[in-house]
Amino acid sequence: MTVSESVHTASTTTASTTASTPVVPTAAGAGAATPDGVLRPHAEHAFADELRALAAADDRPRPARWRLSPWGVATYLLGGTLPDGTVITPKYVGPRRLVEVAVSTLATDRALLLLGVPGTAKTWVSEHLAAAVSGDSTLLVQGTAGTPEEAVRYGWDYAQLLAHGPSRAALVPSPVMRAMAEGTTARVEELTRIPADVQDALITILSEKTLPVPELGQEVQAVRGFNLIATANDRDRGVNELSSALRRRFNTVVLPLPATPDAEVDIVSRRVEQIGRSLDLPPTPDGTAEIRRVVTIFRELRDGATTDGRSKLKSPSGTLSTAEAISVVTGGLALAAHFGDGVLRPGDVAAGIMGAVVRDSATDRVVWQEYLETVVRERDGWQDFYRACREVSA
Amino acid sequence: MTARAPARAPGRAARGGAAGADPATPGGPLLLGVRHHGPGSARAVLAALEHVRPRAVLIEGPPEGDALLSLAADERMRPPVALLAHAVDDPGRAAFWPMAAFSPEWVAIRWASAHQVPVRFMDLPAAHALAVPEQPEPRQEDARSFDPIGVLASTAGYDDPERWWEDVVEHRAADGAPGDPRAPFAALAEAMGALREAYGDGGHPRDAVREACMRLRLRAARKEFGDGVAVVCGAWHVPALAARTTVAADKALLKGIPKVRTETTWVPWTHRRLARHSGYGAGIESPGWYGHLFDAPDRPLERWMTKVARLLREEDRLVSSAHVIEAVRLAEALAAVRGRPAAGLTEATDAVRAVMCEGSDVPLALVHDRLVVGEALGAVPDGAPAVPLQRDLAGQQRTLRLRPEAERRGLELDLRKDTDAARSRLLHRLRLLGVGWGEPSAGRGGTGTFRESWQLHWQPELFVRVAEAGAWGTTVLSAASVRAESDAVSATTLAEVTALAEHCLLAGLPDVLAAVMDALAARAALDADVGHLADALPALARALRYGDVRATDTAALSTVALGLAERVCVGLPSACTGLDPAAAEEQRGRVDGIHTAVTLLAGAGAGAGAGAGAGAGEGEESAGPGPGGGAGAESGAGTGGGAEGGAEAGAVAGAGSPGGGLRERWTGVLRRLAARDTVAGVLRGRATRLLLDDGHLPEEEAARLMGLALSPGAPPTDAAAWIEGFVGGAAGGGTLLVHDERLLGLVDGWLTSIPPASFTAVLPLLRRTFSTYEPGVRRTLGELVRRGPAPGGDHRASDAETDGFGPGLDGERADAVVPVLRLLLGLDTGEGSTGGERAATETAATESANTEQTAGTEQIAGTEQTAGTEQTAGTEQIAAGTEAGRTATR
Repeated sequence: MTVSESVHTASTTTASTTASTPVVPTAAGAGAATPDGVLRPHAEHAFADELRALAAADDRPRPARWRLSPWGVATYLLGGTLPDGTVITPKYVGPRRLVEVAVSTLATDRALLLLGVPGTAKTWVSEHLAAAVSGDSTLLVQGTAGTPEEAVRYGWDYAQLLAHGPSRAALVPSPVMRAMAEGTTARVEELTRIPADVQDALITILSEKTLPVPELGQEVQAVRGFNLIATANDRDRGVNELSSALRRRFNTVVLPLPATPDAEVDIVSRRVEQIGRSLDLPPTPDGTAEIRRVVTIFRELRDGATTDGRSKLKSPSGTLSTAEAISVVTGGLALAAHFGDGVLRPGDVAAGIMGAVVRDSATDRVVWQEYLETVVRERDGWQDFYRACREVSA
Repeated sequence: MTARAPARAPGRAARGGAAGADPATPGGPLLLGVRHHGPGSARAVLAALEHVRPRAVLIEGPPEGDALLSLAADERMRPPVALLAHAVDDPGRAAFWPMAAFSPEWVAIRWASAHQVPVRFMDLPAAHALAVPEQPEPRQEDARSFDPIGVLASTAGYDDPERWWEDVVEHRAADGAPGDPRAPFAALAEAMGALREAYGDGGHPRDAVREACMRLRLRAARKEFGDGVAVVCGAWHVPALAARTTVAADKALLKGIPKVRTETTWVPWTHRRLARHSGYGAGIESPGWYGHLFDAPDRPLERWMTKVARLLREEDRLVSSAHVIEAVRLAEALAAVRGRPAAGLTEATDAVRAVMCEGSDVPLALVHDRLVVGEALGAVPDGAPAVPLQRDLAGQQRTLRLRPEAERRGLELDLRKDTDAARSRLLHRLRLLGVGWGEPSAGRGGTGTFRESWQLHWQPELFVRVAEAGAWGTTVLSAASVRAESDAVSATTLAEVTALAEHCLLAGLPDVLAAVMDALAARAALDADVGHLADALPALARALRYGDVRATDTAALSTVALGLAERVCVGLPSACTGLDPAAAEEQRGRVDGIHTAVTLLAGAGAGAGAGAGAGAGEGEESAGPGPGGGAGAESGAGTGGGAEGGAEAGAVAGAGSPGGGLRERWTGVLRRLAARDTVAGVLRGRATRLLLDDGHLPEEEAARLMGLALSPGAPPTDAAAWIEGFVGGAAGGGTLLVHDERLLGLVDGWLTSIPPASFTAVLPLLRRTFSTYEPGVRRTLGELVRRGPAPGGDHRASDAETDGFGPGLDGERADAVVPVLRLLLGLDTGEGSTGGERAATETAATESANTEQTAGTEQIAGTEQTAGTEQTAGTEQIAAGTEAGRTATR
């Protein structure tokens, strides 16, 4: 009895604020100001000012219950400058086309499936889409191998159930059910990790837009504005492959790895700065050179060739995604701030890079050593980095 | 001059007055500025023409094409086509004006011919355009180095000029009927006018000349037809055509520009060529989509999605009607988000990717290739003028019933038939000329010399190639001959020349062969690398054989080939020593190739020689091994001497058969290879095997050599290589072991005596050797080995009691097979008084069976198996006959 309850709680709430109570906050509650000291504020809180400014400036037609017009949502994600001078920071750096397809999909009441290798900002995009469309990114189902059907449909408050019998009050709605009732956007993370029978519970919701509650002889019908964003991992293909019936209900957008080194450096610097701010890391002088180095190494090992196209490289088993580059640099910054001289130096990122590259120790270590000896050692201006890496591996 | 200028003045004034205010005002010429290949423009042009009904139509294009415009009305003319203009003396210098069904120019031409309205081209003559060295690309000038539409688009806040044009002009114009079909043209002309004020000629200085020419032609047309003249040209040119200039100024611009003699014709085009990424592209990325927009009567997006769904279903992707509905909805939503008036190709593609392709670009690539670009191939009526070579080619294509088709298809030719032989010659000649219409492919049948397989694929650029090849001659035959001779002189390597020689024979160019042979002999003399010579030889030998099939005179070729073979025989032994395994393996392939070539050459030589002479040669050859084997094959010099002696005897006895001498010499080379210790094991083994197969080495001798190679002193890897060379590679290697149990015993004994440490080293090689055998052979080998050595120490497999075989030789039953064997081998029943002739017949029979000697031997081996004896009476009799022949010759 408590088992289902706790699972339900864990899956409906993301991180911190509401975990202590089974009473799920309403949309209004979520819209309230974030308490200070939260490790990672939700998108709608972190960018509340931008959303407000956009909503004020946006005079285009909005679909029912949308906070912004599709144009406004796209602008919120891709960045831009509003007529009143407010600068909207880009949340997603990538092809405009993809964002437009994603927003249009949500506007057509089709569900959106974001695909991509780990670390291509799928969750990030889905969170910001939900925040911009519905002003609430917390209606989240985290997909795991143990996600129960209650997480997608509804559960019961057993104390209520035993005391008063089945009633609407004893029913604990899932985030999806709440989104349907309120006409907002629900999110499902890692859809392909969810067992197939639980996945299939989504079919009726997505096609009939209704969720029957046979115990009460009722149903919850989705109101206009309801939609669902799912993310899934390319590398997990075949774990719990979507049935074609479910697949057909999604429009698919594949998020690519950054196309150019400059774009990737841009993404990493931007995110590192944001994270550094929220972690209260002391500001460090410009670390762009090190960031560029990390990005270069990641790209070269990922693509299996040096950037000049001269020599082939072995690729390690890890993905080496942009997200990992970001965490390597963040880690390096923390090292530099607390134990170094405050400047991001090769030694600060060397250990992080090695940790990201060498996953499966036997083969990956060979890959890394080869890369060090054949590429890093020869490269101009990389001598200190080479020495730092040698120190770390020794 | 002075008399004509005033006559034009009033016309000019009238036009200037009208056009300056509004180019579309009735009374002035109707200036229809278009985007080339814009379907919306095409529709708008059609509507405007229908509305105004001009008395003449002028179109941007070279006036040389005027005479060809009537062809456009021809039923058999099917777009996409292109107007091709090329310099007469340099067909490689050419320009194209491609037109698709949705090109405004094409629409205007078709409208004019349907309404019996005169239609002319009005651009700068191609004679001038082609005279200037830089390649003019009339269609691309509008949008390349300076992009007027790009400027308009960025002014309107678009990042993609194509999209802006589509939104503002194409989609609007296609939307429905605005009040006056001429209104969009007027608006566009105004915008272009503003642009040209700001940017001048936009970085196209040549435009001034072209526009002067257009103005002159417009004046001429107005003089002839009055003001009811419609002009279809790039929108960029409209302000220039409306500008006030004087005739004298225009003429001055045109004065003194160089000129070349040109020819023009229509050539079929494809959508692929129209696409931007290919050679003479017209700069549009999506001809298929444009074609669809132009053809679709209504609801273009819905129809497009249905097309896409259909295509994907054909490729076995699951696409339902629900997918189509959702794709259309998404495309429309996207268009709304992007603020476009209607969904364009970008939206459609994005929607197809997200809905039908599950985000994957792989099926999308198919959609792009088949639909967005499309496969359409145009057609041109036969009446279109052609370059002389093209005309000749078309004539041959007609007589040989070989239609040029864009689809890739296979063609099987039987060279014994006249038509097929002529087709083969034509295709080979075209290949010589660099017109890659047909590519030879590995045929189904395989080895027969009278069969050829081709892959035919006619691409529009082949017309260009034909035009270029026109420089070599006026007919396919003469052009190919001249080209081949020139190639022979300029060739740098031996292999190039031999390939060319082969090609000449295939293409039926015997006249060229002499020149090619001269070049070949010169190259062969200078080339020091035996490898090159050896690589060249098989091609020549093949060429000789093809020559036979095609009944061409190949005397010159065979002389050169024999000379080449001699050089190879001299150089090969030293080139076979001190090789590492990989090089040895390569050399082994060469040895095999030379062996086949020598067999062919000797066969051809013997065939050419007198029967008796050949017989004598063969007789000597058969006699050769006798003394050689007796003297001991380990003495290389001695064997060589013996072989040369045999060759001399052959040459004396039959002067007309150089082939016999060559074969003898080659046998000598093989003997030397087989016996020399420094030669790599695989080569020694191979040489021994080749000698054994040809009957130049008694089995005892082969066994001795094998024992030597497999003796405990030899390194195991070397021994394993020897086995690989001896019984590996070629099919039928295992059969030898099955039938000679002594050899098998040797292998078996060697194998069991290898120390364990070395065994793993030789295992891969052995496995490679034995794994190529057929399963049946392997099984038999296994059974033989399991049974152990035959009782009584006799090595003959047949004497042992194997399943299904009786003990010993059943003489009666063996005799019964003899008549059939004789029949098979072509021996007449009479006892051989002329044994030499019989031997010759036997050789000829074996060789004309179009296979190598090996195959013949196997055939005999197969027969042996049937008979259940190791050596049939028939074979003995042949041996006896040969013996008798030798006696007779002596």
